[in-house]
Amino acid sequence: MSEFALKINGSDHKVDVAPDTPLLWVLRDTLQMTGTKFGCGAGLCGACTVHVEGNATRSCSMPVSQASGKSITTIEGLSGNGLTALQQAWIAEEVPQCGYCQVGQIMTAAAFLAKTPHPTDDQITQAMAGNICRCGTYDRIRKAIHRAAGGGQ
Amino acid sequence: MTPLSRRDFLTAGAAAGAGLVIGFYLPRNGASPNKGFAPNAYLRIASDEKITVVVARSEMGQGVWTALPMILAEELEADWKKIAVEQAGASMLYGDQSTGGSASVRTTWDPMRKAGAQAREMLITAAALEWGVPRATCKPESGYIVHASSNRRLSYGQLADKAASLAVPTDPPLKQAKDYKIVGQRLARLDTPDKVIGKSGYGIDFRVPNMKYACVARCPVFGGKVANFDDQEARKISGVTYVGKIGDSSVAVVADSVWSAMQGRRALKVTWDEGPNKDLNSAQIYAGLKQAVNGKAAVLYSAGDIAKVSGRRIEAEYQLPFMAHAPMEPGNSVADFHGDSCEIWAPTQVPQDVRDSAGQALGIDPDKVKVNITLLGGGFGRRLEHDYAVEASLVSKAANTPVKVIWTREDDMRNSTYRPASYHKLSAVLDGAGWPVAFSHRIVMPGINVQKGTPPVDGTDPEIKDEASFVYAFPHALVDHVLTETPIPLGWMRSVNALQVGFAAESFIDEIAAAGHKDPLQLRLRLLEKDQNLNNWQTARMRAVLQMAADKSGWGKPLPAGHYHGIACFGCFNSYSAEVVEISMEGDKPRVHRVVGVIDCGQVINPNILEQQIRGAIIFALTNALQAQITIDKGRVVQGNFDTYQPVRITEAPEIEAYYVSSSESPTGAGEPPVPPLAPALCNAIYAATKKRLRALPIIS
Repeated sequence: MSEFALKINGSDHKVDVAPDTPLLWVLRDTLQMTGTKFGCGAGLCGACTVHVEGNATRSCSMPVSQASGKSITTIEGLSGNGLTALQQAWIAEEVPQCGYCQVGQIMTAAAFLAKTPHPTDDQITQAMAGNICRCGTYDRIRKAIHRAAGGGQ
Repeated sequence: MTPLSRRDFLTAGAAAGAGLVIGFYLPRNGASPNKGFAPNAYLRIASDEKITVVVARSEMGQGVWTALPMILAEELEADWKKIAVEQAGASMLYGDQSTGGSASVRTTWDPMRKAGAQAREMLITAAALEWGVPRATCKPESGYIVHASSNRRLSYGQLADKAASLAVPTDPPLKQAKDYKIVGQRLARLDTPDKVIGKSGYGIDFRVPNMKYACVARCPVFGGKVANFDDQEARKISGVTYVGKIGDSSVAVVADSVWSAMQGRRALKVTWDEGPNKDLNSAQIYAGLKQAVNGKAAVLYSAGDIAKVSGRRIEAEYQLPFMAHAPMEPGNSVADFHGDSCEIWAPTQVPQDVRDSAGQALGIDPDKVKVNITLLGGGFGRRLEHDYAVEASLVSKAANTPVKVIWTREDDMRNSTYRPASYHKLSAVLDGAGWPVAFSHRIVMPGINVQKGTPPVDGTDPEIKDEASFVYAFPHALVDHVLTETPIPLGWMRSVNALQVGFAAESFIDEIAAAGHKDPLQLRLRLLEKDQNLNNWQTARMRAVLQMAADKSGWGKPLPAGHYHGIACFGCFNSYSAEVVEISMEGDKPRVHRVVGVIDCGQVINPNILEQQIRGAIIFALTNALQAQITIDKGRVVQGNFDTYQPVRITEAPEIEAYYVSSSESPTGAGEPPVPPLAPALCNAIYAATKKRLRALPIIS
């Protein structure tokens, strides 16, 4: 066990865990921030996506030792107040079905839109290729990203 | 609060009662000790205007938290904005609470309408008494009872206490479809806002105080057992608090965190007694199915006499693999066993089965098992099994602690239940003009229900008979089934046996069309041209979905260069579906550009949710058609994670258009019926493009 300092959603946290513990389980178990989801544990599905220094990152595959000292954003901190335009677009397009993968989808899309504010269809496809949805919400995900982009995000 | 136990309920013998979550006693009238009004187990109206609708099915993405309250709210004439939803746990108040078979709307349509209508009638009476006016002059209107001539109105909340003192009508009048204001509307789902901020409570998110976490090592070979285990290294992992055998074939590692439990399991050394299936592989399974084709067959449908028909004969064989549900939320449950009782929080489609099976496994009265249903991160039939919840209860008992058992993705892929692999032999006889006069389809596959202990009926699994629907009016036809056995655990997966039957049958219909030089749509329409009820299917309704799919897709009209269409239709879960798939070929692989899906599922409750179901079913079916299969080697599942079992990603997702037939027939299934037509329509399109007939799934292997 070792102590790590984490900066999550603008707040400082100290956790005492094994250094190889994936950031995902520190968020979910140690800090009880359960919005970030466990899907595959191998960086294959994107359900666990968070932002590390603004980049969409698979928290299941990042040991806490590597996350320490970096600025981390989770779904709980995506919007400071109210909902982001992206989350509003997700609601307007009625994207979620079971919803389990949607936090990861939104986190991936948010990091993507921050760098590509006016994406083409192909750019959306490439950006979202790492996130699996078993309910098959892909067409509405695409529409929601376009809607958010059109809305000025 | 104490849940209403099954025994208490049965002793009371009353039809009235409240949801398990609240569990208070209700007298025969609608009075509630909490003030307000609860005329039945589905509804509470509080004096502060809050209207709570209890949903006795599981929300797994299919929208029951929205659709079922809409049905009740329609009859209640409620203000939709005031509706709050409460999830019922396992109870005796709601009949069978299983969420499956595309049945949630179908089976709650009557009770939810009645529950709303009972309350509405009582509120009208309460208002009439309050005002001293004839009942017939009082009308319900969006959460109020209105007396128009005196311009008075009272809200449902204001009337709740008075209504609660009245007798509950047993047979209240129901509204007519033409008067619907809520049912049929494209209303937003009530569960969406929480799902975009990460606040939704899935099973994996649930916790109780002092809870431990567990991972379980399960025998990788089906039918194998634990020979012995060495936990010396596992116990050295920081945070591991317990290691012990669970049943005959698994060992649990309990720890202070998920990560410690995972690491502990990795360090655990188990020697398995691999049992009788240790050399089993997929090739043997397929060979066994093919060999069984000449065995004793149970007739599922017959017309005329196929033996007497002569003409040009064509034949084909089809084969499908095992498939896995792989919902995004891996298996998990929280269980808290203490002495003679147990409480479980599970993402389950079968709360009552969990209650009874956990009670049996723990050796306690099922009445002492309280089962709470969390949100489900996908179901697709995987959570019709009780395994993960019962396992959690056993780990809690063994380790003497409240515990959350978490399955990894590999655990779920390799210790699941699977859509049965199957083999099909089909034949047809064509007349001189190329029209078919005879059709036969022999289905060779094991029965899910039979494997789980239901005795065969007339030599078949009755569910296969239900799902091997046949709607074409061939003068001579025979559909039959050879029931086989397999040691691979079988489960109900979205559209169940209809997927295998539909793939073989609807591909072969395309073969018949090609052999007779007919248009595949025209052939189907001709086989459906006479209006009749055939094998419990209405030919007119199937014709209508086919025609709509053809019209919307531009069937028969020119396509972009290199693009091709395929069509298929199928009926299951009392609904009718047709799909047209548009593809081009990229080398030997298809690129699916567009799918037009049409359903007739009777009265539509919410077009928004229905379209989600159609779109989702098409993507789900595309995964298995294109690339995802479960194979067996050395008695084990080969695939483990999403690198070897690859669901369709956005990169392969086609443009989907979802349509439905407007209908005021009673509602029927929606979640599963759009699954079966996809694979045959896709393979029929590939044939149109390449003249190569694909008779086995997956397409890319």
